[in-house]
Amino acid sequence: MPVAIETRDLVRIFKPPRKLLRRKKNPDRNGEPEGPVTALDHVTTQIREGELFGLLGPNGAGKTTLIKILCTLLLPTTGQAWVAGYDVAKDPFPIREKINMVSGGETSGYGLLTARENIWMFSQFYGVPSKVAKDRIDELMHTFGLWDKRDAKVRTLSSGQRQKMNMIRGFVTDPEILFLDEPTLGLDVNASRVIRDYVKDWARKRKGKTVLLTTHYMMEADQLCDRIAIIDHGRILACDTPENLKRGIRKDTTFRLEVDTFGNTETFRGMRGVKNFSSTNDIAKNTTSLTFILEDEAAVSDILSAIQAQGSRVHYLQKSEPTLEDVFISMVGRGLE
Amino acid sequence: MSAATVTKRVASRIPHRIKLNLQAIVGRAYPRIIGANREPSWIFFEAVLPLLGIAAYVFIYQAIGDRAVAAILQATSTAPWGMCGDHACANAAEQAAYLSATQANVNALIGSVVLGGTMIAFWLNVLWSMASQLYWEKEIGNLQLYMMAPMSRMALLGGMAIGGMFMTSVRAVTTLVVGVLVFSVVLQLTNPLLLLAVFFVTLIALYGMGMMLASLYLLYGREAWNLSSLLEEPIFFTSGFYFPAGGFASPQFGGLGRAILTFATFIPATLGLDAMRQLIFPGAWGGKFWIFSPDVEFGILILLAVAFLILARSALAYLEMLARREGRLTSRHQ
Repeated sequence: MPVAIETRDLVRIFKPPRKLLRRKKNPDRNGEPEGPVTALDHVTTQIREGELFGLLGPNGAGKTTLIKILCTLLLPTTGQAWVAGYDVAKDPFPIREKINMVSGGETSGYGLLTARENIWMFSQFYGVPSKVAKDRIDELMHTFGLWDKRDAKVRTLSSGQRQKMNMIRGFVTDPEILFLDEPTLGLDVNASRVIRDYVKDWARKRKGKTVLLTTHYMMEADQLCDRIAIIDHGRILACDTPENLKRGIRKDTTFRLEVDTFGNTETFRGMRGVKNFSSTNDIAKNTTSLTFILEDEAAVSDILSAIQAQGSRVHYLQKSEPTLEDVFISMVGRGLE
Repeated sequence: MSAATVTKRVASRIPHRIKLNLQAIVGRAYPRIIGANREPSWIFFEAVLPLLGIAAYVFIYQAIGDRAVAAILQATSTAPWGMCGDHACANAAEQAAYLSATQANVNALIGSVVLGGTMIAFWLNVLWSMASQLYWEKEIGNLQLYMMAPMSRMALLGGMAIGGMFMTSVRAVTTLVVGVLVFSVVLQLTNPLLLLAVFFVTLIALYGMGMMLASLYLLYGREAWNLSSLLEEPIFFTSGFYFPAGGFASPQFGGLGRAILTFATFIPATLGLDAMRQLIFPGAWGGKFWIFSPDVEFGILILLAVAFLILARSALAYLEMLARREGRLTSRHQ
């Protein structure tokens, strides 16, 4: 199958802006001047034409930087990337005709225009004939449940409606390759479902359409993506189908626990039999949820002892099948949220 | 691939590129042409309110004119036919001629203020809706989407400029018509064709300047707001929006006046206004306060328009290169 996107040894380093008289101090580094940040560290990957490819990683992992390079908004520091067969550094214009991008929480557009006019305006920047654009907009507005709001001014739309409008903006140019950067961020269940269903349908039913999706939601990646790359600190740690990724840690055991709020999770680090773990505090319920990936099931008793030694009570303990989240914890050493 | 094949492929794409860029210009002009006129409040804020500023100057000039007329008409024992400037009028004929010239000059002054006040709308539009626009587009998240689109960046700026010209023309014409009617300005069009040509070249040069500033402002980030504020009142003054700027060349202003005038000629509104005033009020003030002849000013304006458009293209290409290299400028909050 032809390759839609390819990166080879892609590196992107952000240098702090040069100031003539002073360098910006970084409060996280005891006031030391900010140094260069490596956002992408020798990323090599291939995405096939027609594939729905997911990029999973915590904040600051390099997902958006990678998308920006592939969308020709940013140059790589070293290495190369090709989109639709064109080099992103040397041939940005032919790439731009074949791609589009939608980001979560986008506030683009003009408040005085209606939702329909706004999408039409963006379609004109891609040379879509006006009549074709209007027909597509109407069809997509029906599909996304935004038809009632077609003539509402953009500034009156809710964030969910606005994100649906942004999604329509992405699809109206009928791109060969679509970049979706956390498209369901902050949306309610229904709006997210509508978007997910359409993305899946679009990629499956139309030949040769490629989607690169970044998301925080494991379920979304699991449900939508043919393959997933797990990225952290600018490096791709694993890249495979969701099934294979889960199969990879099936020899390990996943345990989930809910305990009284538990502060000192460092106790578990380096504990014999514990491969990795993550914890999330629920302040309202005064509880901590713990997920453990264990190389040796016997480690459970040590974990329970450590919890009881700190005076915390176990609400429940569950052994479960590995999910994509467990794969992520196993590789990155922490959860996404 | 041979060079000939590449050239053929590029040539075959030219009609497509032209169509794409024309569509992009229409698309980007749309929010200004349609969207900006959607709320009728603009009639009050952008057409009626500017008349108050114009009125202030008109009343001052009117008062000065009334005093001059009173001096001409007031007969004294030493000047039985009144004063014709710094000497007594010799007879009734000289008095009448002097009175007529004074009234024509006052009319020209008031007309100059109305015309200058009208052109202020364009200057403010250039500052706030052209020069600062890319910065705003960045802040609302549009710039990234524009930079990712396959259109030419000049098509984006061109759309902004055409939309801005249309939007402001609607406001400016409203102010002009109301101003001329309310303040009873008498217009004496001598060469309407040249007047129209000067007006359009002035707009092209002004918006070309705005297109150039748009990229430069983006480099300065938030300080762009201060730059726009800085370029308001001082430019109103140096470009002579409320008086003929040629007055700066008068001997009493010395070298400073000439320096101000030289600087002001780089702002297209200065020469544009001067040429339009000459074509609408020929012979006003005995031609003492004009900078150059309308033909010369028209020629300089054409040169300014071309220069600003070339500079705008280069500045935008530089900005895009910098944005791609440094990873900021086009992204929000960076």
